[in-house]
Amino acid sequence: MKEKLEQIRKDALSQVQECADVDKLGEIRVNFLGKKGQLTSILKSMKDVSPEDRPKVGQLVNETRAEIERVFDEAQLKLQRALREAQMKKEVIDVTLPAKKHAIGHKHPNAIAQSEVENIFIGMGYEVVEGPEIETDYYNFEALNIPADHPAKDEQDTFYINDKFLLRTQTSGTQVHVMEKGKLPIRMIAPGRVFRSDEVDATHSPSFHQIEGLVIDKHITFADLKGTLWEFAKELFGQDTKVRFRPHHFNFTEPSAEMDVSCFKCGGSGCRFCKGTGWIEILGCGMVHPNVLRMSKIDPEQYSGFAFGIGLERIALLKYEIDDMRLLYENDARFLKQF
Amino acid sequence: MNTALSWIKAYVPDLDCTPQEYLDAMTMTGTKVETYECLDKNLRNIVVGEIMSIAPHPDADKLIICQVDIGVKTIQIVTGANNVHEGDKVPVVLDGGKVAGGHDGGPLPEDGIEIHNGKLRNVDSFGMMCSIEELGSDRNFYPEAPENGIYIFPEDTKVGSDAIEALGLHDTVFEYEITSNRVDCYSVLGIAREAAATFGKKFIPPVVNVKGNGERVTDYVSVEVKDPDLCTRYCARVVKNIKLAPSPQWMQRRLAASGIRPINNIVDITNYVMEEYGQPMHAFDLDTVADHKIVVKRAEDGDKFVTLDGQERILDKDMLMICDGVKQIGIAGIMGGENSMITDNVSTMLFEAACFNGANIRKSAKRLGLRTDASGKFEKGLDPRNAYDAINRACALIEELGCGDVVDGVVDICEPLADLRTIDFATSRINDLLGTDLEDKVMLDIFASLELPVEKNGDRYTMTVPSYRQDLEGVADLAEEVARFYGYDKIGSTLPSGEATTGKISFKRRVEDKAREIAEYCGFSQGMCYSFESPKVYDKLLIPADDPVRNAITISNPLGEDFSIMRTVPLNGMLTSLSTNYNRRNKDVKLYEMANIYIPKSLPLTESPDERMQFTLGFYGDGDFFTMKGVIEEFLDSIGIKDGIMYDGKAGRPYLHPGRQANIIYDGVILGYLGEVHPEVADNYEIGTKTYIAVLDMPNIVPRATFDRKYTGVARFPGVTRDISMVVPKEIPVGDIEAMIRQRGGKLLETYSLFDIYEGEQIKEGFKSVAYSITFRASDRTLTDDDVNAAMKKILNGLDGMGIELRQ
Repeated sequence: MKEKLEQIRKDALSQVQECADVDKLGEIRVNFLGKKGQLTSILKSMKDVSPEDRPKVGQLVNETRAEIERVFDEAQLKLQRALREAQMKKEVIDVTLPAKKHAIGHKHPNAIAQSEVENIFIGMGYEVVEGPEIETDYYNFEALNIPADHPAKDEQDTFYINDKFLLRTQTSGTQVHVMEKGKLPIRMIAPGRVFRSDEVDATHSPSFHQIEGLVIDKHITFADLKGTLWEFAKELFGQDTKVRFRPHHFNFTEPSAEMDVSCFKCGGSGCRFCKGTGWIEILGCGMVHPNVLRMSKIDPEQYSGFAFGIGLERIALLKYEIDDMRLLYENDARFLKQF
Repeated sequence: MNTALSWIKAYVPDLDCTPQEYLDAMTMTGTKVETYECLDKNLRNIVVGEIMSIAPHPDADKLIICQVDIGVKTIQIVTGANNVHEGDKVPVVLDGGKVAGGHDGGPLPEDGIEIHNGKLRNVDSFGMMCSIEELGSDRNFYPEAPENGIYIFPEDTKVGSDAIEALGLHDTVFEYEITSNRVDCYSVLGIAREAAATFGKKFIPPVVNVKGNGERVTDYVSVEVKDPDLCTRYCARVVKNIKLAPSPQWMQRRLAASGIRPINNIVDITNYVMEEYGQPMHAFDLDTVADHKIVVKRAEDGDKFVTLDGQERILDKDMLMICDGVKQIGIAGIMGGENSMITDNVSTMLFEAACFNGANIRKSAKRLGLRTDASGKFEKGLDPRNAYDAINRACALIEELGCGDVVDGVVDICEPLADLRTIDFATSRINDLLGTDLEDKVMLDIFASLELPVEKNGDRYTMTVPSYRQDLEGVADLAEEVARFYGYDKIGSTLPSGEATTGKISFKRRVEDKAREIAEYCGFSQGMCYSFESPKVYDKLLIPADDPVRNAITISNPLGEDFSIMRTVPLNGMLTSLSTNYNRRNKDVKLYEMANIYIPKSLPLTESPDERMQFTLGFYGDGDFFTMKGVIEEFLDSIGIKDGIMYDGKAGRPYLHPGRQANIIYDGVILGYLGEVHPEVADNYEIGTKTYIAVLDMPNIVPRATFDRKYTGVARFPGVTRDISMVVPKEIPVGDIEAMIRQRGGKLLETYSLFDIYEGEQIKEGFKSVAYSITFRASDRTLTDDDVNAAMKKILNGLDGMGIELRQ
């Protein structure tokens, strides 16, 4: 009995060792461990074993079965792995073949600039508002301290519809609409399309975009204007950005300023991009003129505020180094794809 | 405005800085310097030499050999110039020196031209005699210089001295950008005053003192202003025994640097004072002034007048004229007349300095198409006090330069001058506005440096504003003066304190942003088109002549017909952009635009038009009608517009293929439309392939949009799906079948989807085969066959009612 078991064990191990095929291995397994297998049939002869030897022999049978099963399992795993590896070897691909892209669309560079600017100011508690593009003379000029016959009106080359209506030359009129609602304090930005009768060329377009900003509250100072716009510049152009405020003139602000940022190409040392000055002009701003506040029924003794106007195209052209404004309105897919 | 630094220094003698320092400092106090040019930038080692002798060149007919005394020694110079004589004093550039350009007056090289000793046809030459062009200038600036020849100095010029100095070229010309509020800075004196305050130096204006010849001006001329609304002041003086001659070099140089060509002493003085004081002046030949009388009055419509440039001008009743006793002799503030201009024979002259209405001059100049230096100054609105000072300055110069005898007195017709404005202010208010904490003295010193007189008034102050500072109206303006000279850069940077506010965008914008997001996800790139276009667009789009969509707002002063109307349909911009792409051979182009159209409520416009935001999509290439429909549904789905969207194939839009277009209807409202572009329209836009367009009208969509979502639970019980295959009369749209399924499916209906549609073989003529997969589900139990059969029966009955047979 013992010898028989040993013989079965030996046979099984040697057959497993020689087997190189998963299916064949299955057959061998059945041959030894199946219902009619050698090990099963030997169990049938247990009845011939003396009762006192039975536990010992039974244990031996179980040990032998366990060892054979283990060997079979190991062999099977090994063969399956080999098979899978062979399969995967056949499945090697050229990973440098072109990608299958989901052709998503692209934002217009102007829109990217707009949302960047908007997000900075939304983060600072500003509400985004919109105003009409076909505006009245009052909102575009008069309420902004540009009275009839003022030469500043000529400077802006306005498209007129008739005596009352015109295409807005600046988003500043939206300030007035918001102020007239009388809800204070105000922190708003107003992005939008504006129009001036400039012929189309590389640096001019009769239609472009501005973002107007307005803050009105008690105790707003020129220093607040500087601090706010510096934060804005750092967010938009990088934390190392420096700003410079130069005195300027706008009818609707006093004091007024233009803001330059340190050239983000050369860092301020002077290059072709900033025409050697180290500075790039970005926006106009100032403290809201008391006349403007008064016309919108806000008491300048109680409230003060600042306003600023940013040319979106200017930001987009600078940020993306676009050298011709006409590209913005051509909508050539090869251009748009780059943003 | 361009001005030589030497002219500024004439009134700020202590000014001492490099050009770059001047540019930076002036820019930071608000007198922006655009750029500057050092006139001696490329001039080096050039002296005044005297030609002692001239001998012919032995080997060259066109060359001569000159012996030139340059003070320390005499050198030999060979030249090809033919305008020099023995005894002439000329500029000589010595060995190693530099000149600015070539003798031909062509473009100046960036770094000039170095001159070295050399030989000309074997004869030694130790330098070069220079033409004015070689010195970087031209005969406009130096009219005494010969054409194509060596510049010759006046006889009294010192031999061996610096020739650059003698020519006044050690100077720098600054170009300023003056802001429109600072009318006073359109003058040399105004800029000098700012420069003095900027650098903390003394400002010394010219001292004006007219001696006069003892006669009375009223014996020579009388003045009547008939339209004082357009002429608040008219000052006239008379000069006799005029001796026309070139003006002195220093005056010519300063004018030339300002871009004004020197003519003769009289013309130059009027221009000089115009630049210096910012006050335009005019000179009439008094002998041509009938009755020796000046009348200032409006022209009549249709009057014709010949200006001194020889052009005939048509006048109108809003133009102000200077007239004599019988005729018009000048267009006020714009240009004088040919009939009264100063000629070489002038002996007695009438000087005019006036203050005309700026807006009127601006409009008149525009209507005449005649903008002059004078009108450009007047239209800014001048200070009437300045006119009086300027005419006296001009007469003082007449005497100083010996151009004639000035008659005593000024005829001064003047509307009552407004009192000088006073501004009452507290320094604390200025600190509050600026966010500074400056002591009173700092502010008062700044006002003093600007010559703005301030008096203490209790714990407040009162400023009496000089008439030339019309821009100073209130305390905000004074705050700017303080800020400018204290330094914008020295004011701190803080963030606003006070009540917190919420940053947000409107619901309308959220919906628009979602539309952009979906469009981009679906492969559409964002385009940008003009708001104005040509009225011919409607023909290109096959829109009938009587279609109300043609009622567009017209721009009264457009850039041209192509930009003359405000668009009422967004299609032209999109189709033009697609056409651009198509003709540049870009494949599979998908674009969208989110922008307004402008629908007038009435024409002509009397109230604000309806500005309607349009979400326009367009593409050609990969895809078809249903691709576009898919994008629209993705968008509508994303903003909560789902069930009940209907497509009406009879949209009747002329620019779309009649069989491939639909209005998108929801809630009984047309949200927009989509379709294939009509082949003729595609031809009109030169797009040679099938093109699809969709336009969504955002004002109709936004009120129906929602971002609210409610979770309805994931099904826990199995659903049952039944497929049906039908033979449908061709003219029945599947939309009708779906509407019926929705209506009759009952509560158990979950979804339905079309999985096959087929026309052709095996299907009888006039019919199509349509197959749907319909799924039923209950949320609380597993459906039985009976449940589903009952629901299906209703649907099958519905099909029957529509004349649709089940396919066997």
